[in-house]
Amino acid sequence: MNLEGILAQLLAMAVALAGAPLLVGWVNQCRAWLQNRRAPPLAMPFRTLHKLFWKESVVAHDASPIFRIAPYIVFGCMLLAAMIIPILSTNLPLAPAADAIALVGLFGIARLFISLAAMDIGASFGTLGARREMLIGFLAEPAFLMVLFTASLISSSTSLATTVSSLGHREFAILPSLGFAGIAFMMVSLAENARVPVDNPATHLELTMIHEALILEYSGRHLALLEWAAALKLFAYSCAGIAIFFPWGIAEARDHVALLWALPVLAAKLALGGLGLALIETALAKMRIFRVPEFLATAFLLGVLAILVHLLLGA
Amino acid sequence: MPFPGELLAIDGALLVAGAWLAIGIAGIAVLHDIRIVARVLFPVSAALSLALAGVALAALPGSPQVAVLAIGLPDLPFHLRLDALSAFFLALLGLASAGISVFAGGYFRQGEGTPPGLLCLHYHLFLASMAMVMLADDAYAFMVTWEMMALASFFLVTTNHRIAEIRRAGYLYLLVAHVGAIAILLCFGVLQANTGDYTFANMRAQAHPPFWASCAFLLALFGFGAKAGIVPLHVWLPEAHPAAPSPVSALMSGVMLKTAIYGLVRVNFDLLGSPLWWWGVVALAAGLATALFGVVFAAAQVDMKRLLAYSSIENIGLIVVGLGLAIIFSAYAMASLAALALTAALYHCLNHAFFKSLLFLGTGCVLHATRERSLGKLGGLMRFMPWVGWTTLVGVIASAGLPPSNGFASEWLLLQGFLFTGELPNPYLRMLVPVFAAGVVLVAALAGYVMVKFFGIIFLGRPREDRLAQAHDAGALERIGLAWLTAGCVLLGLFPVAVIEVIDPVTAALVGRGLAQGGSAGTWLLLAPVSDQRASYSPVLFLLMTAAIVVVTFFLVRRFYHGRLRRAAPWDCGFPLQTARMQDTAEGFGQPIRQIFEPFYRMQRELPSPFDAEPRYRVSVEDPLWGWVYLRIAAATEAASRWVGLLQRGRISIYLLYSFITLVALLFLTQA
Repeated sequence: MNLEGILAQLLAMAVALAGAPLLVGWVNQCRAWLQNRRAPPLAMPFRTLHKLFWKESVVAHDASPIFRIAPYIVFGCMLLAAMIIPILSTNLPLAPAADAIALVGLFGIARLFISLAAMDIGASFGTLGARREMLIGFLAEPAFLMVLFTASLISSSTSLATTVSSLGHREFAILPSLGFAGIAFMMVSLAENARVPVDNPATHLELTMIHEALILEYSGRHLALLEWAAALKLFAYSCAGIAIFFPWGIAEARDHVALLWALPVLAAKLALGGLGLALIETALAKMRIFRVPEFLATAFLLGVLAILVHLLLGA
Repeated sequence: MPFPGELLAIDGALLVAGAWLAIGIAGIAVLHDIRIVARVLFPVSAALSLALAGVALAALPGSPQVAVLAIGLPDLPFHLRLDALSAFFLALLGLASAGISVFAGGYFRQGEGTPPGLLCLHYHLFLASMAMVMLADDAYAFMVTWEMMALASFFLVTTNHRIAEIRRAGYLYLLVAHVGAIAILLCFGVLQANTGDYTFANMRAQAHPPFWASCAFLLALFGFGAKAGIVPLHVWLPEAHPAAPSPVSALMSGVMLKTAIYGLVRVNFDLLGSPLWWWGVVALAAGLATALFGVVFAAAQVDMKRLLAYSSIENIGLIVVGLGLAIIFSAYAMASLAALALTAALYHCLNHAFFKSLLFLGTGCVLHATRERSLGKLGGLMRFMPWVGWTTLVGVIASAGLPPSNGFASEWLLLQGFLFTGELPNPYLRMLVPVFAAGVVLVAALAGYVMVKFFGIIFLGRPREDRLAQAHDAGALERIGLAWLTAGCVLLGLFPVAVIEVIDPVTAALVGRGLAQGGSAGTWLLLAPVSDQRASYSPVLFLLMTAAIVVVTFFLVRRFYHGRLRRAAPWDCGFPLQTARMQDTAEGFGQPIRQIFEPFYRMQRELPSPFDAEPRYRVSVEDPLWGWVYLRIAAATEAASRWVGLLQRGRISIYLLYSFITLVALLFLTQA
C-alpha cells in the first residue's frame, strides 16, 4: 500500500461523494429540459441534503435499532461500492478487498438492511415496499452478476481493477458478448436504481412506488443519508457500466498525467450517460409491477447469453 | 499398537463417543429429573463436543489412524479409521453440537412427551452414532452406526409422540431413511467387487470397471441423497424437521445432513477412485434442482420451521453442486480446480452447520416464548427478545449469503470454481456449466428474499397478536449456545484463509492437491485462491471499511448538524387507522414468488367474494412431487398387493393346496 494509492483512493471517495448528487441533479435537469420544464439548478440535490440534515428525525414508537442503523449501513455500503469500482485509476488499495462478486454482495447487504428497516415499523406500505424491493433484487442481482461474469471471463479475472485494465488495453472491437451484456446491464441498472420503466423516482403514488415506499417512514438525517446512498448507487452503477463497457481514459498505476485527465473524461462520460438515462425516462412509460419480472428475466437471459456467446465464439 | 497410556486421536474420539453413551445411560437413571438432565448432563455433553472438535482438529493434518473394535458379530469386528476427511466432519460435529447441546440444556423442559432422561439417551445415542459413522472403515460398521443414527433421530423426531401429525412425520422419515439405507448397502455390495471383503481398505484397492463404478455412484447418490434431502427424496425433510424439538432440528439439519454429504464424498472421492465426467453433470443437475426447489418452496412457507427445512434443502443442493463441480474437474485431472470446488463444498458444509443450527435454535426460543410456529401470528419480537433477534440476524445474513458472513465466503469460492470452467477440454461442458452458474446465482439471490421474509415477519414490525408482548428472551444456557454459534458464523466468515488451511489436508488426500498449498490461498487478510490478480476478497478489510464509514458518518453528522430525534406514531402516508393486521403476512410476502414460479407449486386458493359476510382467504401450497411421484408409487404398491392378496383366501384347505403344489413343483425341479 503506497502513498500514491491512498491518495488515489481518497480522490475516488471525494469524487464519489461529490459527484453522486451532481449526477442526480444533472439527470433531473436533462429530464426537465426534455419535458419542456424549467430545470432546477445542478446543485439542487446538495441543497436538499443540507436541508434534510438540519431537520430533526422523527422515528416511530415501535422502531427497533435496526431502523436507526440501517441508513448508516446502506450509506456505508454504497460509498464503499463507489470507492472500489475503478473509475479514475486502477491503482486502488481497497480494490482487492472486494471483487465483482463481493460488489454484488455489497449491494445485496444494503438491500437486506433497507428492506428490514422498511418492515420494522409495521406499517402497510413499508412491508409492501420491502417485498417489491426484494422481488426486484432477486431478479436483478443474478442478471448483474452475469454481466460482471462476462467481463470477468473476457479478462479472466473477477478483480475489478484487473478486468478494467485488461478491457482497456484490448484493441477496439465490438464484442458480441459485451453487446448482449451491455443491454442486460442497462436493464438491470434501470431496475436497481428505481428508474422508469420499473419505478418512478418522482412519484409518491402509493400503489406504484417501490423505492419511495421503503423510505417512507424516514425523515431528517436518516432520509438524507438514504437519499445520498441512492445517488451513490446510481453513481456506482454508472461507473461500473463505464468501467466495463467504456474503459478508456482510466489511469494506471504511476501515471499522474493520466490521473489528471481521467477526471474530465469521467465527467464527460457521466454527463452523456445521464443524458441517456433522462432520454429513456422521458420516452418510456412505467410498467406494471408484474411486468417487471419478465423485464428482469429478459435481462438475466441476455446475461447468460452473453456468457455463452463468449464461450462459443471466444469473443 | 500404541503403548498403554499413549492415546491416539482416534482413541480420543472413541472415548468421547463412549462418554456420550455413558451420559445417555445416566439420563435413564434420572429419568424424570429434568434439573439434573438439563443443568448437568447436557452441559457436560457440550464440553465433550468441544473435546471431540479439539481432537479432530489436531488429527486433521496428521496421517490416518486405524483401530479395530471387537464388538458385534464374531469374526466381524468394527474397523475404524480417522483420516483427514473423517477428522473434518468430526470437527464439524463437535463444533456445532457444542453450541446445540448447551442450548438444549436450557431448552428442554418437562412435558415434551418423552421423559427428559429418555430424551437425553436418544440425543446422545444420536451424537455418538454420528461420530461413529464418520469413523467407520468397513461397510458393516458403517451400516450399523448409520441405522443407529436413523433410529435415534426417529425417536427424537417423535418426541412429542402424542400428536398424530408428528407420528406421521416420523414414520415418513423412517421409511425414506430405510429406502436410502438399502441403496447404500447395495452400493457397498457393488464396491466390494465380489471379493467378500467389506472393509473400505479393500474397496479402495479394487479397480472398478466403468459400468460397476457408475452403478455404485448412482446408488450412493440415491442412498445418501435420501438422507441429505436431494430432490425428489426430500419429502421427509420438511415434515420431520418441524416436528422435532428445535435443538434436534438444529442437530439434524446442521449435522446429520452432513453425514450424508460425508458419505457421498467418501464414496466418490475415496472409495471409487477416478470418477467419470458425467457423474459430475448428474450431481450438478441434481444439486441445482434441489437448490432451486428448496429455495422456491422456502419462499412460499408460512411455518417458520418448515421454511428453514426447505432452506436446508437449498443449501444441501448448493453443496452437491460444489461436489459435482469437483467431480468434473477431477475427472479431467485438473487437481487444483477440483480442490477449489471441493473446498467450497466442504466450507459450505461447515457454514451451513453453524448458521442453520443458529436459526433453528432461534425459532426454538420463539416457539417457547410464544407457543406459535406460524409466521402469520408473530411479529415485532425484536423488542421483546433482543438477544434472540440479534443472533438470528447474524444467521440470516449468513444464510442469505451476504458479505462479510461465512455463507458468502463459501458461495464466493463456489462461483470462482464456475468461472474457471472455460479451461475444461470438453466443449459441451464448457457451455453447460455457466448455465449452472446462472442457476446457482439465482438460488443465492432468492435465499436473500427468503431470509428477509423469515426475519422481517418474525422479529420486525408490530406484534400481530397481543399476547406476543409477554414473550421472554432466551435463558442463560440458551444464550451461551446462541452466542457460540453466532461467533462461529462471524469468525468463519472473517477468516476464510484459516478455514481453507484447515480443509487443505482433506482436499490434498482426496483430489491430490490442497487449495492453500504453496500459499496460493492468499494471506490471512486476503483470500485469493489463484492469484490476487485473478480474484481476491478480504472480509476483514471489507467489514472494517464499512464499519469505519458508518462510524465516521455517524460522528460527522453529529458534528456538523445535530442528533435530535423525536418519537411519534408511524406516518404511513397519513392513514389514521393502522392496525398490526395491516402488515404484510407471510402469505403476502411470498405472493410475488408464488406468482412467478406458479408451475412449480400445487396451489389451492380460496378467495372471498365481495359479498361474503365473513370473508376468508386461504391458500395452501403443496409439493407437486408428492402427487407425481410418491402417491403413484403408493398406488402401484397397493395395486400389486391387491394382486398378491388374491392368493389369500383365508381357508385352510386352499393353503394346504398351495403347499402341495409347491412340493410337486419342487419335486419336478429336482428331478430335472
